[in-house]
Amino acid sequence: MVDETKKEIPESVSRRKFIRNTGYVVGGVVVGGAVGSLLPFGNKTKEIKNNETSPTKSENFNQALMHFTQEQFNIVQAATERIFPEDENGPGAKALGVAFFIDHQLAGDWGFNSRDYMQAPFYKGEKVQGYQGRLKRREIFDIALQEMQNHSMEKYKKKFTDLSGDEQDAVLKDFEGDKVNITTISPSGFFNILRSSTLEGVYSDPLYGGNMNMAGWKMKNYPGNQMAYSDIIEKGYKKIAPQSLRDHLAH
Amino acid sequence: MVKKLPKVDVVIIGVGWAGGIIASELTKKGLNVVGLERGKERKTEDYYMVHDELRYALRYELMQDLSKETITFRGNERTRALPMRQYGSFLLGDGLGGAGVHWNGQTFRFLPYDFEIRSKTIEKYGKNKIPKGMTIQDWGITYDELEPYFDRFEKIAGISGEENPLGGKRSAKYPTPPMKKSPQMNDFEKAAKQLKLHPYIVPSANLSESYTNPDGISRAACQYCGYCERFGCEYGAKADPVVTVIPVAKKTGKFEIRTHSNVRRILHSGKKATGVMYTDVTTGEDIEQPADIVVLTGFVFNNVRLLLMSNIGSPYNPSNGTGVIGKNYAYQVAKGGAVGFFDDKEFNTFAGAGALGVTIDDYNGDNFDHSNLGFIHGGMIQYNQSGMRPIQNNAVPSGTPTWGKDFKKTSIKYANRYLSVGSQGSSMPFQHHYLDLDPTYKDAYGDPLIRITFDFEEQDQNLAKFLAGKCGDILKEMGANHVDVLKELGPYEITTYQSTHNTGGVIMGADPNTSAVNNYLQMWDMDNLFVVGASAFAHNSGYNPTGTVGALSYRAAEGILKYHKKGGSLV
Repeated sequence: MVDETKKEIPESVSRRKFIRNTGYVVGGVVVGGAVGSLLPFGNKTKEIKNNETSPTKSENFNQALMHFTQEQFNIVQAATERIFPEDENGPGAKALGVAFFIDHQLAGDWGFNSRDYMQAPFYKGEKVQGYQGRLKRREIFDIALQEMQNHSMEKYKKKFTDLSGDEQDAVLKDFEGDKVNITTISPSGFFNILRSSTLEGVYSDPLYGGNMNMAGWKMKNYPGNQMAYSDIIEKGYKKIAPQSLRDHLAH
Repeated sequence: MVKKLPKVDVVIIGVGWAGGIIASELTKKGLNVVGLERGKERKTEDYYMVHDELRYALRYELMQDLSKETITFRGNERTRALPMRQYGSFLLGDGLGGAGVHWNGQTFRFLPYDFEIRSKTIEKYGKNKIPKGMTIQDWGITYDELEPYFDRFEKIAGISGEENPLGGKRSAKYPTPPMKKSPQMNDFEKAAKQLKLHPYIVPSANLSESYTNPDGISRAACQYCGYCERFGCEYGAKADPVVTVIPVAKKTGKFEIRTHSNVRRILHSGKKATGVMYTDVTTGEDIEQPADIVVLTGFVFNNVRLLLMSNIGSPYNPSNGTGVIGKNYAYQVAKGGAVGFFDDKEFNTFAGAGALGVTIDDYNGDNFDHSNLGFIHGGMIQYNQSGMRPIQNNAVPSGTPTWGKDFKKTSIKYANRYLSVGSQGSSMPFQHHYLDLDPTYKDAYGDPLIRITFDFEEQDQNLAKFLAGKCGDILKEMGANHVDVLKELGPYEITTYQSTHNTGGVIMGADPNTSAVNNYLQMWDMDNLFVVGASAFAHNSGYNPTGTVGALSYRAAEGILKYHKKGGSLV
């Protein structure tokens, strides 16, 4: 784990610089209502205290499973690493924590489809009408991961995690191209969720368990969560070290 | 048992842009107004953690909870309509400020042509230019008549902009100067001028400088943080109802907002609305709120749905084109675009604002000759720099795999090296495109969902291809090494985001037989009921709709005040 505990000081400086640059206090006009309280002044003593008592190196206790079994987790970790592999640009899905991200998402609203319309009756629709199944995302993953295992055994007599990279790709392509015969779920539908949630795990704020140490953002030169770009908007490309939402928390 | 409350002057259903504008104008004149909002309270401070693409853009934090209420959709009447179970094509707002919270802030005026589209088309090209089944009609108001209301909305929201060289006449300049120009905007502008087109900076509600509006509301300038669309603004820089009109209404002491109040029926007796029935969603209690005047200011779908559920007005019949409620549902042809990849340039595309861009209107409205084209109207073309967030923006040149080693390498290489030039094509109404109540699917309260019957027509296929080609030409002129252009527009599908510019269903006009409301948005069938919003659009233009919604809301507010004094039909 990278030592992130020194963050607070440069962050406060950037906030002060932010006010200076944006000129919110000029003219004594009270603007917008929000800007003043955006800046967590007056709480600095507390911040520093917290930093002093926190260990310089800590375990990431978020890396444990809320939904997957260990076997399911291993399949997801291997599969997402094929979708977003480690290379000369930097870490892949595995090192970025993508499988933990997906596990945690499946344990929450998204996995339970809590904010989707799940009322009956269910009919098979036209493609243009979107997902019409009765299964929740967590159930789709449960079924699909078992089917990936079955398909690997059938095709190579080996578990998915024991396959070579090329063989794993072939299994994933069979799912992507609906070449696996499954009655309960759509193989390509599952592949699409797996691909999109891999990208979510690579590039979402690290608060969700993926994008470890903002390394996903760093590879892409994405600055994460900045207060303002008014200084650079009219200028040419500028590389900016990323910040995460943690930097926005008023203590 | 329904609890009955004391009567008020006016009850407003839905507190977004339209509801907020009506409330501010009416309460300033001393009327007592109650605003019923089914979602929750909102304030600027809610957005300190707003720079979160996953939560807001992909998990739809600010949007309507579809588990409680959604829409159903089918491409045509022979197909079974099925619920939109997950978000895709468009995003329904929820909570105080409604969809006005998560908009981008692009604030256009529709063209003079739009308001008299049928007359002007026939005048120039003859009747045969209008294809069979296309139900375009004039709006019962001209651009010149609506101009003062556009001006009013722009001053309240503090729109930052410069004059559209091909737009309608303006009585005043924009109240604030245009937004800052990024190098890419300069490149687009230069390329467009090379191609003899007429670029101008997008009119923006994001505020180029701090501004105090005529109601005395002061707001801060935009910081170009890149989180507008699908997000609320933590600076209050983006004009939304919560930071502009709602505080004005509240200050009068005459406006009471009741959140978590889901209106389910408009009550009426004879030819008058008598009030509304709503459910307090926190307790499940049904409550009657009587009022002298009822103003329906929900999003398109709810305006139509509430009228149909309340048996007000004549429902539209697609088989013979009679009836008006649900008629002329239209959308936006938003897929006509191109993506350019640049090998030797890098851009700050992570920075931006919802309405930071350059537009051309050379192919919008009737600004160009349509004699040999397979469509009428057109669309604007734009480079918009709304801030490219990393999960949703991973474009790679055509031919690149969509996952694996090559995808990763290429998407990272081009992360800050590609630009999209897009268009917003108009959407013309057709006799077989409409909204009605779904016979099968219900919301959480047992009321029917609204059903959309809509598909892209030949006109839309032609338009999308035409506009995409023009977008590609501009990107080539800008020096892109590789340009991918939309080759064909498939059928309308509900699964990929296109635009939240749904329009029609309670359209305005000069004739009660072909429209639901007059040009004050007063119901022909019930003179103390006003239906305000993009539901009044008789077709959708090649622009974002909010500027025109704002203008029509100010027009309606004036009408309601007139009605309050004199009663009767306003036209």
